[in-house]
Amino acid sequence: MGLLELLIFIPLLAAALIGAGLPGKVIARSAAALNLLLVLAAISQFNGGNTLAHSYPILDNPAIAFAVKADGLSLTMALLTCLVLIAANCQIGEGKPAIYYVSSLLIAGGAMGAFLCTDIFFLYAFHELALIPTLLMIAIHGHGDATNRRAIAWKITVYLGVGSLILLAGLAALVVALKPASGLTFDLGALMQSAKDHPLPAATQAWIFTALLVGFGTLVSLFPFHSWAAPAYATAPTPVAMLHSGVLKKFGLYGLIRIALPLLPLGAKHECVQQALLWMLIGNIIVIGLVTIHQQKLDTLLGNSSVMHMGYIFLGIAAGTQVAINGAIILMFAHGISIALLFALCGRMRNQLGTLEFSKLGGLAANAPFLTVMFAFGTFASIGLPGLANFAGEIMVFLGAFDSNLNDGLKLIHWATILGLWGVVMSAVYMLRAFRNLFFGKAASGHFMSDPVITQRVSFVLLAGVLLVVGCCPGLITGLLKDLTIAAP
Amino acid sequence: MMSSFSIEIFLAVVGVLLIALDAFATELNRKVVPWAAIGATGLALILMLTRSADIPAWITPFYAMDSLAVFYKVFALVTTLIVLIIALEGDFITAYFSSSEGVKTRIGEFYALPLIVCSGMMWMASAKDLVALFVPLELVTVSFYVLVAFTRRSAMSLEAGVKYLILGALSTGVLVFGIAWVYGATGSLSFEGIAAAAVNPATNAVALMLGAALLLAGLGFKVGAAPFQIWIPDVYQGAPTPVTAFLSVGSKAAGFVVLTRAVQAFTVNGSHIGTQVANALLAAAALTILLGSLPAIFQTNVKRLMAYSSISHAGFMVLALACGATGTVAFYMGTYLPATLLGFLLLVVLRTQGVGDELKDLAGLSKRSPLLAFALAVAFASMAGLPLTAGFMGKLLVFMAAISKAHYGVVALAVIGAAAGFYYYFRPILTAYSPVEGESTKLQVSPVARVTIAVLIVGAVAVGVYPKLLQSVLK
Repeated sequence: MGLLELLIFIPLLAAALIGAGLPGKVIARSAAALNLLLVLAAISQFNGGNTLAHSYPILDNPAIAFAVKADGLSLTMALLTCLVLIAANCQIGEGKPAIYYVSSLLIAGGAMGAFLCTDIFFLYAFHELALIPTLLMIAIHGHGDATNRRAIAWKITVYLGVGSLILLAGLAALVVALKPASGLTFDLGALMQSAKDHPLPAATQAWIFTALLVGFGTLVSLFPFHSWAAPAYATAPTPVAMLHSGVLKKFGLYGLIRIALPLLPLGAKHECVQQALLWMLIGNIIVIGLVTIHQQKLDTLLGNSSVMHMGYIFLGIAAGTQVAINGAIILMFAHGISIALLFALCGRMRNQLGTLEFSKLGGLAANAPFLTVMFAFGTFASIGLPGLANFAGEIMVFLGAFDSNLNDGLKLIHWATILGLWGVVMSAVYMLRAFRNLFFGKAASGHFMSDPVITQRVSFVLLAGVLLVVGCCPGLITGLLKDLTIAAP
Repeated sequence: MMSSFSIEIFLAVVGVLLIALDAFATELNRKVVPWAAIGATGLALILMLTRSADIPAWITPFYAMDSLAVFYKVFALVTTLIVLIIALEGDFITAYFSSSEGVKTRIGEFYALPLIVCSGMMWMASAKDLVALFVPLELVTVSFYVLVAFTRRSAMSLEAGVKYLILGALSTGVLVFGIAWVYGATGSLSFEGIAAAAVNPATNAVALMLGAALLLAGLGFKVGAAPFQIWIPDVYQGAPTPVTAFLSVGSKAAGFVVLTRAVQAFTVNGSHIGTQVANALLAAAALTILLGSLPAIFQTNVKRLMAYSSISHAGFMVLALACGATGTVAFYMGTYLPATLLGFLLLVVLRTQGVGDELKDLAGLSKRSPLLAFALAVAFASMAGLPLTAGFMGKLLVFMAAISKAHYGVVALAVIGAAAGFYYYFRPILTAYSPVEGESTKLQVSPVARVTIAVLIVGAVAVGVYPKLLQSVLK
């Protein structure tokens, strides 16, 4: 058993052990820490030229195998998963039931499996592991009154369920359409070869791409399939919100970059598909941006902002140039870290303050300087301030998107880029306003917040540190991505 | 080494002997009946797995021994074995509802009849002509008339028995009528002869079409395919739970194996009625999936919910059949077995502990018995077709078969049905894991039930992550 298999199975095994009655905190934290070490080992192995590939066939016809392989994209996402898992585990308070640990490990293990498997079957299958834990956690342990959180839990479950079934139909169509002479296969490598040898007609590619876009897009809250996301994240228990918005949601984007773009290059470039995607991502950036500005509570503001920021990553995918896609990958990583940091802070504030409404809060910085600094990191990162990781991703996306075919005058993609830049201004408006309202100004009576003890600061510092390090040296990630070829020629 | 048809005779004989034993034996000997039945089924399963390959020549004209037959025979034995264990688990409930107040009635037939049913289902798996199809089919159906109405003090069971009897008799009539028309049109009762006549230009296509339609309607009733699915919710809910489990897995599988053979004959390459039969099946599949899934959303009784779920599953199998993917039908049946039997076993175990069939009765189950709650989650996750469970592999293969044949419209409807499943299958899981106010007692689970639950959980997950286990049927 290689490193990658361990990365997938350790969280799942830990979840099983905790489910069987062993102590949650110790096992969950050691599994997460062990996974971080393993992913770093895997990255160093990969840099040494070892892809750590293994394949265990589970069915011959159609050919399905539990196949894992490391490349820059999957390792970046695996690293993100480990970091957020550690931070999310640290946000589970004393005395919480075992299901908190089990579900966060299942979500993380599932995401890990989805990111590391190179067989479409397992790539899809692992993602779905999160469906039931998310439903249970939001419906049973979520915030707000019981009827409301149940409704929200069902909304996310049905949305993601329908999205993933549309995705499944699209993937099945892809597998059937790209059938090589040797028989049906779910192996990405074989499908890639088949797509090269016998390219599908553009029209076929376009409609399969559309199915994948709707399926994956629903999982990433692409406008107009986004309405599940903000209420779910606002209601979910903190570790679930962190893992779902930080890691799991990236699966849809990962799938588009990993499967849809390389296997269906003509579909991605198809005029109608391209235009539709651009309009939808403009919806993410502008419409949801305006919605976010209107939020009066921190949790719904963060939920909506995470929907909005998906627009930038979609812009990178729509542009399809190597620079834009690498930017999109860095942005996926950076957004995952920054939104997890913000949700962790949000959860802490909810516990201590009892409310997250801007109108009732203020002046928190006076007694909680550490949390203020951490919140500043999250705020500035999500605005895209240079020096933090998100900036590196956004600038690459914008440059890559604006660069494409500029000779023929401004097209929709250029306008989308321009509107995207306006979106950055909107981010600044709502994040800075939230930051000012919560931490500065006159302290509101009755709501008091203090800094955590030193040991509880580790997870915040870890996430903020990663934002800073990647922001200053984006080469750490672009170095991993240097051999990645996604973009169509 | 026994050949398979002697195993079938053995089972039927043991069944009859056990009924006689139950009628004449002392109280002590009667307690032997359930274990004797379980033992006989287990023995038959071992004999089946180590059977001798060849069958006598005189039987071959009406008795097939291909991979399809072998799969469904083993399937029938496994189902019967687990159903008998479920029945044993709920023994005192069946006994209570089938005797007069204060009288302890013998219920030995309740264990003996499933052996006879099993024998019939195994014969059906080998049926190569319409007579060899019809006789065991009736053996199964008539035995089920008794089993469905077995708990005679329960009004629902009686109602279910009457409904099943009347509609079953009607469908048998339709089936015989269909057989007569097919024979009239083709001059043959064997599927080979029918297939040959279907491509022969001299055959009267209209008469054959009518015969095929009636035959498919009769069989459609047995498997619960729309528009002949109306009886299922009432009968499944009213019948004793072990019988419901047997109906929904065993009877359905037996129905599908003969349906598979009939459809293969009608849709053979170059058949005059091939397109029409395939289209009719497609329409039936779409309708079955929707009429199973959509009403299931509104159910508040878990047993009834599982009845609707079984309709929806039948729809997926009919869809695979319409696409000519007979291996996929068998595979789907194999993925359907562990989850469904697990679900019914859980209902029986809960019932013995005083927990009812209503959805709300499940509240707080995870506190009262983590094992049962987890088993429930696995069973319903597999029925919903969540990846890494058996149910997902089945649905995936059906989708692939339909997409290969470019039936995109039906795939879209199937997606709607499957999506509805995410709601109605997850609802019991959510209820089971929801906390309840106040103290609750722990539930006791017998060792036999624990082992069976564990085996079924492993089965439901193993086929999902390592489908090679069922690979042989896909060829």
